[in-house]
Amino acid sequence: MMISQVFILSSKGDHLIYKDFRGEAGRDAVNIFYEKVTALTGDQPPVVMNHKDLHFIHVRQGGLYWVATTTADSSPFTVIEFLNRLTALVKDYCGSLSEKSVQMNFALIYELLDEVVDYGYIQTTSSDVLKNFIQTEAVSSRPFSLFDLSNVALFGAETQQSKVAPSSAATRPIQSSREQGGKSEIFVDVIERMSVVIGSNGVVMKADIEGEIKVKCYMPSCSEMRIGLNEEFSIGKSQLRGYGSSVRVDECSFHQAVRLDEFDSNRILRLCPSQGEQIVMQYQLSDNLPSAPPFRLFPTIERDSGGRLLMYLKVRCDLPPKSTAINVCASVPVPKGSVSLSQELSSPDQSAELKQQSRAVEWKIPRFTGGTQLSALFKLEVPGLSSASMLEVGPVGLSFELPKLTATGLQIRFLRLSPVQPGPSQRWVRYVTHSDSYIIRV
Amino acid sequence: MPYLGGEDAVRELRRALSNPNVQSDPLRYRNTILKVIRSMSQGVDVSGLFTEMVKACATVDIVQKKLVYVFLCSYAALNPELSLLVINTLRKDCQDPNPMVRSLALRNMTNLRLPSLLEYVEQPMTTGLRDRAACVRRVAVLGWAKLYNLQPNSEIDASVVNELYSLLRDPDPVVMVNCLRALEEILKEEGGVAINKPITHHLLNRLKECDVWGQCDILRVLQRYKPQSDDELFDILSLLDASLVSPHPPVMAATLSLFLHLCPDLPAVSQAALERVRGPLLAACGSASREMRFTALCHIQLLLRSLPGLMGAHYKRFFCGYAEPAFIKQRKMQVLVELVNDENVVMLLDELKGYCTDVNTDTAQAAISAIGRIGRSYSDRCLEILTGLLGLKQDHITSAVVQTMRDLVWVCPQCSNTVCASLEGCEETLQDSQGRQALLWLLGVYGERVSSAPYTLEVFIDGMRSEASLGVKMELLTTAMRLFLCRPAETQDMLGRLLHYCIEEETDMCVRDQALLYYRLLHCGIEETRKVLHGPRSDPSLGVLIGRPAEPISQWASSFNTLEPLSQVAVETESASRGSPEHVTSDLSDTLSGCRVDDVRSDRDGRCADSSADVPPPLSLSPSPALSPEEFERLWLQRQALHAERGAQKTGEEDFVRLEERVRCPAVPHCSPQSIQAAMQLLNIQTLAFTPPHTLPWRVYLYTHTQHTHSDNTPRRTLILGELLYIGEDREVEVEEGREEATGDGVSRRDLVRKHEEEEVKVTLQQQPRDDEALRGFLSILTSVLHTLTSESE
Repeated sequence: MMISQVFILSSKGDHLIYKDFRGEAGRDAVNIFYEKVTALTGDQPPVVMNHKDLHFIHVRQGGLYWVATTTADSSPFTVIEFLNRLTALVKDYCGSLSEKSVQMNFALIYELLDEVVDYGYIQTTSSDVLKNFIQTEAVSSRPFSLFDLSNVALFGAETQQSKVAPSSAATRPIQSSREQGGKSEIFVDVIERMSVVIGSNGVVMKADIEGEIKVKCYMPSCSEMRIGLNEEFSIGKSQLRGYGSSVRVDECSFHQAVRLDEFDSNRILRLCPSQGEQIVMQYQLSDNLPSAPPFRLFPTIERDSGGRLLMYLKVRCDLPPKSTAINVCASVPVPKGSVSLSQELSSPDQSAELKQQSRAVEWKIPRFTGGTQLSALFKLEVPGLSSASMLEVGPVGLSFELPKLTATGLQIRFLRLSPVQPGPSQRWVRYVTHSDSYIIRV
Repeated sequence: MPYLGGEDAVRELRRALSNPNVQSDPLRYRNTILKVIRSMSQGVDVSGLFTEMVKACATVDIVQKKLVYVFLCSYAALNPELSLLVINTLRKDCQDPNPMVRSLALRNMTNLRLPSLLEYVEQPMTTGLRDRAACVRRVAVLGWAKLYNLQPNSEIDASVVNELYSLLRDPDPVVMVNCLRALEEILKEEGGVAINKPITHHLLNRLKECDVWGQCDILRVLQRYKPQSDDELFDILSLLDASLVSPHPPVMAATLSLFLHLCPDLPAVSQAALERVRGPLLAACGSASREMRFTALCHIQLLLRSLPGLMGAHYKRFFCGYAEPAFIKQRKMQVLVELVNDENVVMLLDELKGYCTDVNTDTAQAAISAIGRIGRSYSDRCLEILTGLLGLKQDHITSAVVQTMRDLVWVCPQCSNTVCASLEGCEETLQDSQGRQALLWLLGVYGERVSSAPYTLEVFIDGMRSEASLGVKMELLTTAMRLFLCRPAETQDMLGRLLHYCIEEETDMCVRDQALLYYRLLHCGIEETRKVLHGPRSDPSLGVLIGRPAEPISQWASSFNTLEPLSQVAVETESASRGSPEHVTSDLSDTLSGCRVDDVRSDRDGRCADSSADVPPPLSLSPSPALSPEEFERLWLQRQALHAERGAQKTGEEDFVRLEERVRCPAVPHCSPQSIQAAMQLLNIQTLAFTPPHTLPWRVYLYTHTQHTHSDNTPRRTLILGELLYIGEDREVEVEEGREEATGDGVSRRDLVRKHEEEEVKVTLQQQPRDDEALRGFLSILTSVLHTLTSESE
C-alpha cells in the first residue's frame, strides 16, 4: 500500500498541488491524468485509470480532482478512503473545499500532506495528532461576517427561530479557533439521506435511510463528551425497547473512539472528540419507515387537442404541519424534442423551467409546509407527439431538504461535556434529512 | 498552468529573495518564499532559485523551513552539489531540542534522494531510531527504507535490520507499522519481513491500537502467514471477526482478503466470511462518496460470482439513484441482472424499464441490454417491454432494442416469433451502424417470417452507394444472399443489383471480395450456396442454462481488494459494439466455461482418458485478455524462431513449450469458418484467422488462456497459441522430414505417414509458460471439438 504521488487539479486542469512521495513517476503524470480523464466516454468508469505501470485513482470533491497514483497493486478501498479523508482534512483546515480555498492555502496543504504521508505510507489522518504539527494558519476565503447569515446552506437557516446556528459557523477553519479568543463551539449534526422509490400506484417500493451523527468540534480542550440518544432506540428487528413507538435502525456502526459502556443501558455514546469533523455513528434502515414518505405525487398526463402535452401535477407534503421542506425541486423527464413550456403555478415564489440538456422540466418550490398540497399545470409543445412518447414522461425525481427532522425519528436527548467548560461554550444540535434519490413513478 | 513570462517572474523572485530588506523582515521573507512555492506547484520551473532558497533554509521560523524543504526536495536532484550546503543545516536541526524540528530535518534529509549525501545521513538516522520522541522514530524507520531504495544493490546492514525488527515492539503503533513497511521494502529480495508465529501474534494483539491505515498494512502482510494448526487458525479468525464487520471499508476489505488467504481449503469458512461482510459492503454501496460506492459495487460483483444468492434479498439496494453518474448506474444494473429470481422479477423489470428512457444514452442502452439478459430466463415479460420501447421511435433506443433482440434470439429461439413481428418499421428509426447490422442479421436469418423483409432490404440496397459503414455493407451482402435462398422471386433482382454494384463499383476490397465470393458461390449451384450460408440460427446449448454456475472462491480471491475489479471493463456492456452473434466474443461462453469443459472432457478420446486416472484439476479456458492479430503474429514468429534455433532437442526447463500433434478429422477443413469459430468460442478458444474452406493448405490460427489450480493450490495461467494445418492431397510438402529422421524408419514408413496425412489435421501448439498438464488438457478439448465438428458435418 504505497502512494506514489498525490496531486490536486482544478476542473479545468490547472495544477493546484503536486507532491511526489516516492520518485517513481515523473511530473508529466499530472498531464497524462488530465488527458485521460477528459477523454473518457460516458460509460467508462473513471475512478481507476492506468498508464503503463502507473495507476491513477481519483475522487471528485468540491469541483476538484484529488488524485493518487500508485505503482503497486494497492487496495482501492484504502486509497479512496484516504483521498476522501484528505478532502475532509483540507476542509477542516481551510474551512471550505473549493478551488479558491485550495489555492489560497497551498502552503498549509503541502504541510498537511507532508505530515499525513511519508514515503507513500499513510502516517496519520487524525486531526488531533496533526494539530500538533501543523503550523501554517489557514487563509479563510470568506472572512466570517454577518452576510453569511443570508446564505441558505445545508441547514437552511433563513427563518428558523432562536436556537439555530448560523450555517457558515461550521465552515470555518478549525485552527482559527485559537485566534478567535477561544470561542469554543461544538456541533452535533444528525444527517440522514433518504432514498425512496414510489410506484405508479402509490405503493412504496423501496425506502432506505442512511444516517450519520457527525461531530464538529472547535473546542481547544474537550476531554469527554456524552451524547444521549432516544431511550427507545433499537437496532435490528428483534430488539424492541420501551413501550412507545420505537426508533429502530437495521444496522449501526460506531467510530473507533466511541465508548459504548453506557450504550446498552442508557443509549449514551461517550467519546473524546478530536478537533474538526468526525463521523461518530453511522446507521441504516431499509423499508418499514416509521412515518409515511414525505411527498406524494398525483400526476395526470394527457395530450390536448392541439397536440400539446399536458401535465397536471399535484404534490402533497405528508410532513407534520409544524415542519417544512425547503429547496424542493421536482424534475420531470419529458419526451425528446420538447420545444417550449408554459406553466401555471400556484404561487409566485415557485418557478419552472424546461432544461433541454437533461430533457426535463424542473419545478422548484423553495418552501413546502407539511400537510399542504401544491399543484402545477405544465403545457409542453412537442412536435410529432405520439401516444408512445407519453411513455417517456417520468419517473419524477424529487430533491429536497427537511431541516429539523429525521426520518428515523432519532433524536439527541442531551449533550454533556465534561469537565464543564471554562468560559462560554456553545453546543449545537442540528438535524437534517436530505433526499439522496427520491423517485416517484408516473 | 505555466504562465507566460515565467522567466521574468523567476528573476523578480530572485531579486526579492536576495534583498537584505526582505531577509530581515520575517513576514516578507516568508511571503516571498510562498510565492516561489506557488509558482512551483503551478508548473513554473523555479529551479534557478536553488542557491537563494538554500540560504533561506537557515531560519528559526518553522513554517518557512517547511516551505523551503518542499522546494529543496523537488529540485535537489538537479543540483546535487548545492544540496551539500543544506546538509549542514539539516544535521544541525537533528540536534534540536524540539522533536518536531528533529523529525522534519530527518524526513527531508532522506527525501532529497541524493545517493551522494548518504554518508552524511546515516549517522543521524541511526540516532533517530533511538530518539525519545515517537514522531522522530517514525521518520527514522521509514528513512532507512528510503536509503535502501536509493542504493538498492548495496549490502543490507544487518544491525539496522535487527534494530528494525526490535522496533516492532515499539510502544508507538505507528513506529511499529512503519517498521513493518520498511522491512518489507528492505527485505524485498528475501520475500519481505519474516512472518513467524511470535511476530504474527504480536501484530494481531496490537492491531486494535493502530489506526485504519496501520491495520490495513498489517492485515496485508499477515496474508503470508501459514498457521501451524487448525486451532491456531481459528483463534486468529475469531480474533479478526470484529474487523470483518468494521465500519471502515478498507479494514473490512483487508480482513476479508486475509480470511480468504488463510483458509483456501475451508470453503465453508470463506463462505461464512462473505456472508459476514455483506452488511458492511452494502453500507459502502450506500456511502456518500460515489467513488466508494463504485468500489464496493465492483467487489460485490466478484462475490456474486461465487455466491449468486448472497444479495438476493437486498436487490432494492441496487436500484439506481436518479442523480448517480452513469458508470455507477451501469454497475448497479449488472448486479441487478445477477439477482433476478421469480419473486423479484416483476419489480426488477419495472425498475429497469424506468431507466430505458434515461436522458443519458449509455444508461438507456445498458438498461435495455440488461432487460435482454433477464429475457434469457423470463422471455415473455422482457419481450413485452422491449417491443413497447420500439414504439418510442427513438434511434438510440430502437438500436439497442434490436441488438438486444438479436442476442436474445440467438440464445432463445422460441422468442423469434415475437421478435419477427416487431421488426417491421424499425429501419426508419435506426441510425447507427450497429443497430442496422443487427436488423439485417435478423432479416437474413428470419427472412421468411418477416413479410416486409424484401422491401426493407431494397431500401438498404438502394442506399448502398452512400453507406459508410463496412460492417453494414458486409452484413447486407450476407442478408441479401440468405433472403434470396428463402424468397428468390422477390429478391433475385435486387441481389443482382447489389452484387453488380459491389463487384464493379465498390472500392473497399473486403466488400468486393465477399461479393465476388458470393457471386462464384451462386455459380456452383443453389444447394452449394445453401450449404455455405445456412449457418445455425441459434445456439440452443446456451438456452437451457439459466444463471451461471457458482465459481470457486479461489478464482477471484487473489484479485479481491486490488485495483483489478475496478479497471475491468465488464463483459456484459460490450454487446452494443459488436457484429452478428456468429462472430461474437460472447460473454456467454465465459459463463459457460465451467460446465462445458467438463462435458467435453467426459467424452474425449482414449489417450486422454488414460491420463485422467489421476484426475486432473479442472482447467478453465478464457479468451481474455484479448490478443490482437499483430501481437499473435509477433509471438508466433518469435517462438518459431526460438524453436528453430534450439533444433529438435527438447530441454525441459524452457518457459514455453511447442507441441505438434495430428488429429484425424477429415471434414473439418470443409466446415464454414463460422461454425468452427462458434464451436471454438463456446469453449473459450478464440480463432484469429482462417483460410477459406476448401483451399489448400488450409490453416486456422487460434489462442486461449488456460487457468487451472495445481495440486499445490496455486492457480496458474498460461497462454496457448495454436495453428491447425491441413495439407490435403498436396503430398510434396516437406513438413515431415524432421519427424522421419527422428523415427529413422525408411520409405515404407513415409508412405504410411502420408496415407494418414490425407485425413489428418496437423495441430501445432505453443504454450507459455510451460505447463504440461494444462497443455494436455487443452489438446484433449481441442481434439474433441474437432471430432464433434467432423461428426456434425458428416
